[in-house]
Amino acid sequence: MRAAGALIAIALALALQTTLARFVVGGSTPIDLVLVAVVYVALTSGAASGMLAGSVAGLIQDALASDIIGIGGLAKSIVGFFVGAIGQQFIVTAAIPRLFVFMAATAVHALLFQGLYAGLGLRTFSSPWAAVVTQALGNTVVGMVAFATVESLPGALERRRMSRRPKV
Amino acid sequence: MALLDIRQRVGWLFMTVTIAHLILISAQVTTRRGVPLLEEAIFGAVAEVQRVATGGIGEARGVWQNYLNLRQISRENEDLKQRLSQLEVALQQERALAGQTRVLQQVLQLKTETPFSTTPAAVIASGASPEFRTMTLDKGSSQGLAADMAVIAPAGVVGRVILPTPRAAKVQLIIDRNAAAAGLVERTRAQGVVVGTGGDRMRFEYVAGTADLKTGDRVVTSGMDGIYPKGFVLGQIESIERKAGEFSNVFIRPSVNLSALETVLVVTSATEGPKTDTAVTRPQSAPARPE
Repeated sequence: MRAAGALIAIALALALQTTLARFVVGGSTPIDLVLVAVVYVALTSGAASGMLAGSVAGLIQDALASDIIGIGGLAKSIVGFFVGAIGQQFIVTAAIPRLFVFMAATAVHALLFQGLYAGLGLRTFSSPWAAVVTQALGNTVVGMVAFATVESLPGALERRRMSRRPKV
Repeated sequence: MALLDIRQRVGWLFMTVTIAHLILISAQVTTRRGVPLLEEAIFGAVAEVQRVATGGIGEARGVWQNYLNLRQISRENEDLKQRLSQLEVALQQERALAGQTRVLQQVLQLKTETPFSTTPAAVIASGASPEFRTMTLDKGSSQGLAADMAVIAPAGVVGRVILPTPRAAKVQLIIDRNAAAAGLVERTRAQGVVVGTGGDRMRFEYVAGTADLKTGDRVVTSGMDGIYPKGFVLGQIESIERKAGEFSNVFIRPSVNLSALETVLVVTSATEGPKTDTAVTRPQSAPARPE
């Protein structure tokens, strides 16, 4: 059940990422929704799930967008593993810790992704710091909203069910 | 259940996924030399394995070859040791032969230079008792040897025949305590009597107190005793002691190494004249003894 939820989250993130990109000026978005989904799965399901989710999502993302398949997968699997490990070791259910986790995950992912590309001599990134900070902020906002939405969903459903019950 | 097991081995799983990604990336990335990274990495790794394997095989082969060489060297060493032993024995035999030849040459030269009739004889034994300094010759009365014949060696006087038997003769050495010979100092002609002490030295006695003696002076036979021909070396003065104006102890070191004698000459006729080999011409005759 949890694996299915993770797959749905990743698929949704990929779909949104590919569709949202068209509506952004310049054809690219500063938000990595797939990374947000991986961090979400890692925080809710643990290191192994986060790593596998990151690996699968990254590979698909690479296949769709990147010229080298595996770099995004490697970066996201590492991020998923460590975020899952942190989620299992520390209490990150409050807003502030989650905020830091999202920001750190984005920074580490950018470091790995861009570092691998640059290290292999495949590509150089101009002004990476600004892009990373922008993406970290965007990912954090989206992630916090996603967490808040998912966590408030059961209560909202219950309230709706209660409101539809016939009055005696 | 299997998924749970995998989750319990997260570290291994993480490593596997990471390596898989790296392999996937390497398969697509080309190096600056135009070779795929994966191919280069695999080739490099395999080449290292081959290098290690080849090195190991070479090392093992070298060790084995060294072992075989050592075995061969060990065998050769044994053979060489054996040959060395044989050669050492042969060398000793050659040296002994050379020494014998040298002694015989010296004896032959002495025989040639001596104006007396002499016969050579080999030393076959030394004295049986330490109290008497004697030795045994391999020739006896059958070869013309008789009592009181002088026995000499290239270096000087050895002694005199005291007991001839048909096939052997006992010789009293000059150092025997009962031996004596008339002697004189070659440098000053001072006369005296050289007597044995039983040890390895002789004493020069009956020397006039006014005689001129020095350490190192050579003492030769004077011929006055009627046994030893004149002019043969007895020894050198080793030490001189004087007491009340007289010579108390004058010790002489024998010129002949009496413990290393092999061949000697027996003076069969002390009279000068035409030399004859008494061993052949006068086997039974007694020598003419000057009185």
